[in-house]
Amino acid sequence: MSDLSMIEAVLLTIITASTPLLLAAIGELVVERSGVLNLGVEGMMIVGAVMGFAATQATGSPYIGIVAAMISGVAMSVLFGFLTLNLMTNQVATGLALTILGLGLSGMVGEAFIGQPGISLQPIAIPGLSAIPFIGPLLFNQDILVYASYGLVIGVYFVLFRSRTGLIIRAVGDNHGSAHSLGYSVIKVRYLAVMFGGACSGLAGAYLSLIYTPQWVEGMTAGRGWIALALVVFASWRPARVLVGAYLFGAVSILQFHAQAAGIGLPTQFMSALPYLATIIVLIIISRSKTLAKVNTPACLGKPFVPDR
Amino acid sequence: MRIELEKRAEHSQLMTVVSPLIAIGLTLVCGSILFVSMGYSPVEALYAYFVEPLTTSWSIEELLVKAGPLVLIAVGLSVCFLSNSWNIGAEGQFTMGALAGSVIPVLFYDFTGPMALPLMVLMGILGGMAWASIPAFLKVRFGTNEILTSLMLVYIAQYILDFLVRGPWRDPDGYNFPESRIFDAAHVLPKIGEGRLHIGMIFAVVAVLVVWWMLSRTLKGFEIKVMGETPRAGRFAGFSSKGVVWFGFLVSGGLAGLAGMAEVSGSIEQLTPVISPGYGFTAIIVAFLGRLNPIGILFAGLLLGLSYIGGEAAQVSLGLTDKITRVFQGMLLFFVLACDTLILYRFKFVSNANRVKEAANV
Repeated sequence: MSDLSMIEAVLLTIITASTPLLLAAIGELVVERSGVLNLGVEGMMIVGAVMGFAATQATGSPYIGIVAAMISGVAMSVLFGFLTLNLMTNQVATGLALTILGLGLSGMVGEAFIGQPGISLQPIAIPGLSAIPFIGPLLFNQDILVYASYGLVIGVYFVLFRSRTGLIIRAVGDNHGSAHSLGYSVIKVRYLAVMFGGACSGLAGAYLSLIYTPQWVEGMTAGRGWIALALVVFASWRPARVLVGAYLFGAVSILQFHAQAAGIGLPTQFMSALPYLATIIVLIIISRSKTLAKVNTPACLGKPFVPDR
Repeated sequence: MRIELEKRAEHSQLMTVVSPLIAIGLTLVCGSILFVSMGYSPVEALYAYFVEPLTTSWSIEELLVKAGPLVLIAVGLSVCFLSNSWNIGAEGQFTMGALAGSVIPVLFYDFTGPMALPLMVLMGILGGMAWASIPAFLKVRFGTNEILTSLMLVYIAQYILDFLVRGPWRDPDGYNFPESRIFDAAHVLPKIGEGRLHIGMIFAVVAVLVVWWMLSRTLKGFEIKVMGETPRAGRFAGFSSKGVVWFGFLVSGGLAGLAGMAEVSGSIEQLTPVISPGYGFTAIIVAFLGRLNPIGILFAGLLLGLSYIGGEAAQVSLGLTDKITRVFQGMLLFFVLACDTLILYRFKFVSNANRVKEAANV
């Protein structure tokens, strides 16, 4: 194998490892911009993974699987929304509950699918562009979810920072009292944001069980939902930085496989722990720079909104 | 006609007691629906799950073995949560406590004097504290989000355990199984009675009493609650917000470490790649179900312990999957949080006609 095709192979695996993180993080970014902290990403993601797999096995179509994963992610997020937005429960505790429930439900639903070979989602080559050497296979011969992840980053950027809708979302996240006084329905905006986050987490889960490893393995999210949450902080709530961050993390988690293949003498467990260690280090670096973290943090993040009439 | 929430002037005393009971009731109702959808008779399944385990002395003993670590960890977490610090990495502190507590039985197995066990207990506590001090330090020093760091450390702790039992700490006479040597009798916690119950449960009861006394009778307890509810007022009173973070993390980490040490030394009697069925996460449910009150946590720990035993029992008698245990636990936490709304708010039924009248009066 020539050097170039070796690099290409590594880059391809990095895209595969990064896409689930990117999908989940871009959704959570919108949720947090609206002032809601949903720590249940891991739970929504794994339910998306198992439902996506189940629907694909039942129908034979991974595209139906993707839709099923999105719907189940949204369903989980509505549960979270009802508790935190209607019943005004503690968002941290409710997010944890969502994760515990999601892990439990996925284990139960997925038991029937353990060991079954899955149907993998096939890449879609974009005619013409995919023939470009090196860049073509990397960027233009991917599956629909990779394209969707790029589309989401661009779309979220434009909606949040270049549209009236985005202004409303950010207003609700930064000062829900004022947004309410202006006549915007804080609860409605937050519900929609939370549901968008649920759909994205579901997609991230579907990516894991349909592309990353096309099968069902219990607990297959392995903390990726939590890493996605860290990515949002790392990105200081900016979509483009989420893209950079997700690819950085994807690279770190792929590094371990190549280091093992290259025969670096570190125990495998240390390499496997690397992404989690990297998350901690990144969080430290970000929180050390006070301005970066403070400026973009939605001011009402995690605070329940109680309308006074 | 619509339902609105109206803030109560004071916490409802009645609801403080009743809301966890409503939550348990709702969980059972939803559980029954789940059983029906899976084709089981709900009465039969609920009996197998929640009543049958209580009919034999063997399983009651096993229930206490499971409740011990849950109560121990949850009592520590309640201190942390009350002070508004979110240590959700108790599972990792449990693992590190187990590892630190196993240093003597694995590496210095010849050291079998009377001091061995007390030293192991101490090292278990210190191991958990050390692991918890990482997120505490990062939060205090850099303002790093403790939720994410403490959780990431769970994964790292599990890889350290995995590395040790497959590598340097593997039993040299163990036919290459990923297990440490079996602990010497001098390194095993004393049993209570003939069965598997060990004095870890006594640790838990002592922790409940001490933390209850600390929270309700001492200045430190007052400080924790003030800093949790109104940190601004607390700072005016001269309380240190950093000190409270440290205190919460060290208490919860130390108790989780003790639980890990007790589990390994009292129940498993060796190190294996998996030493916990998620005690550190289930303890979060225990803490909330017990309303962050040590006495409440004692009861909540018994109930969640029962959910583990019941899962195993129902698997044996009905062939139900034991995965349903975690579903029950997740549903329970959801309902507990939802019902807690009743303590702070009351439901008000407002008809549309009334709303018009109200608006007109304004």
